[in-house]
Amino acid sequence: MTVRVFIVDDHELFRSGVRSELQDDLEIVGDAGTVGEAIAGIRELEPEVVLLDVHMPAGGGLAVIEAIRADLPEVRFLALSVSDAAEDVIGVIRAGARGYVTKSIAPEELHAAVRRIHDGDAVFSPRLAGFVLDAFLTEPTTPIDPELDHLSPREREVLRFIARGYSYKEVGTELGISVKTVETHVSAVLRKLQLSSRYELSRWAADHSIV
Amino acid sequence: MLAGVAGGVAEHLGLDPFVVRLAFLVLAFAAGFGVVVYLLLWVLAPSEPVDAAVPAAKRHIPRLAARELLGGGLIVAGVLIILWFSGLWFGDGLAWPVTLAAIGFAVLWARGSSEEGRGRLDLASIGTPLEALLRTRESRPRLVVGALLILGGMVVFLAATTTLAAAANVILAVLVTAGGLALLAGPWLWRLANDLIEERTSRIRTQARAEMAAHLHDSVLQTLALIQRAKEPREMVSLARTQERDLRAWLYGRAPRVQGARLHDAIDAMAGRLERSHRLKVEAVVVGDAELDDDLRALVAACSEAILNAGKHAGIAEVSVYVEVEDDQINGFVRDSGVGFDPAAVPEDRRGIADSIVKRIERHGGSVEIRSRPGAGTEVQLHLPRRVAAAVPFA
Repeated sequence: MTVRVFIVDDHELFRSGVRSELQDDLEIVGDAGTVGEAIAGIRELEPEVVLLDVHMPAGGGLAVIEAIRADLPEVRFLALSVSDAAEDVIGVIRAGARGYVTKSIAPEELHAAVRRIHDGDAVFSPRLAGFVLDAFLTEPTTPIDPELDHLSPREREVLRFIARGYSYKEVGTELGISVKTVETHVSAVLRKLQLSSRYELSRWAADHSIV
Repeated sequence: MLAGVAGGVAEHLGLDPFVVRLAFLVLAFAAGFGVVVYLLLWVLAPSEPVDAAVPAAKRHIPRLAARELLGGGLIVAGVLIILWFSGLWFGDGLAWPVTLAAIGFAVLWARGSSEEGRGRLDLASIGTPLEALLRTRESRPRLVVGALLILGGMVVFLAATTTLAAAANVILAVLVTAGGLALLAGPWLWRLANDLIEERTSRIRTQARAEMAAHLHDSVLQTLALIQRAKEPREMVSLARTQERDLRAWLYGRAPRVQGARLHDAIDAMAGRLERSHRLKVEAVVVGDAELDDDLRALVAACSEAILNAGKHAGIAEVSVYVEVEDDQINGFVRDSGVGFDPAAVPEDRRGIADSIVKRIERHGGSVEIRSRPGAGTEVQLHLPRRVAAAVPFA
């Protein structure tokens, strides 16, 4: 089963590079270089996975997610960026992206990430795992929703392995659980990341309006 | 002693403060001249530039305690009385107005606000004395008192030298003149102020642009030039990685901090250095942060050794380092997914890992665990108990 992928990036070179890397066994249905083109293209082609550049003129990836999310909730976004700034990462994740990877990712890893997003799981790079651990480092003094504002010990454990550079499969082996269970934990963390009202997260997301 | 003026002058002239204080005192006897000089110097002398890095306690900040003010006032009064009795008096008509005006002047312009809770001069927050006066609400009573004292001085002077009726005429004349001047020069002054602000803004903007251009020239353009000359793809990748790291640090404000003052910065700097010098890709993730001390420096050094080891023996060019700071412990993980080895099979005489990593960490009260299997990569875990204060989130 091929995955229908749409690429959004304002750098022509990057788009064609990713296209040639992925087109062997993924179906690249289209690409766009601006926020406007992206919104129109995604509405028209209804891809399954959108590779989305975080930094673009006129609102960036955030604007694309916000425009699409309401009408086409089944379209899944994987954010791509050269930036590691917490506010960028957390901003797009909280807007609805299901994962975040840096543009220096190896082709085969990008490939696996697209498949994983397509299957409804979350993609956590070591750095994203680090951000989450950092944001949830302290116990909240007044948890508004204890279920959302805390990481379970197991989730913490999984994130630590990911931050240490382990693949999902390797995490599963280390903890004696299946890859599917690792994915379940990561998806649960993604949900907390998107919905928790923790101060660090809302602040990082609010700080997004840079560059 | 009163506001550090004598001390400041002494420092400036390279004299003992006591000598200067004595000089002020003598001058004060000479028709109150010293008092006026003292007050003038207090207002006009630049306060020492405040270095933010110096803890507040170390800064020499004169305190305006009420007791000292009272003491100073009594001394001045005493001096004046002595002058009066000794016949060195210069006439009531001049002395009282000048005294009143001088006190008012001092109250108005003295650098610092004695009404500020701690009674400490807040040097850092003061631009010009006027700005400082207008900015803080607590300064208003001082403004009023100072103005009243000066006005009082003027009225007394006028009353003593002319008749009160003539004084009223003089005041009216002054008001009319001031009003006329305001009408004549007001708009021009207003425009001048606006132009100044505008010019300042554009100057700042130009400066920022020049700084950015300089930075990009020194970093990005240089690297691009190097990349064009690079012969191997690996070298290009390494140059690009290094530049990316630098630029990111610069854009997101991590660079200007003191290099390596905190653990997070030190790990980042270490990773960047190894990427440059050994053509490795080092993925560094740090959770939490802490002030760097000897223990943590040892941890950074041990991580660096472990990364180098991985680069040498693992057969791949990508290494992950993860450091997590907790309240009571710090854990560092250096991992590669390379060839791995059997730790039991390492000969006793190959002490590289043992000396540079294990012993170093053990000297600081920690422990090291090495997990590796042939074909399944290697991970070195460095564990250090925390002997200092609690962790602080980095962002």
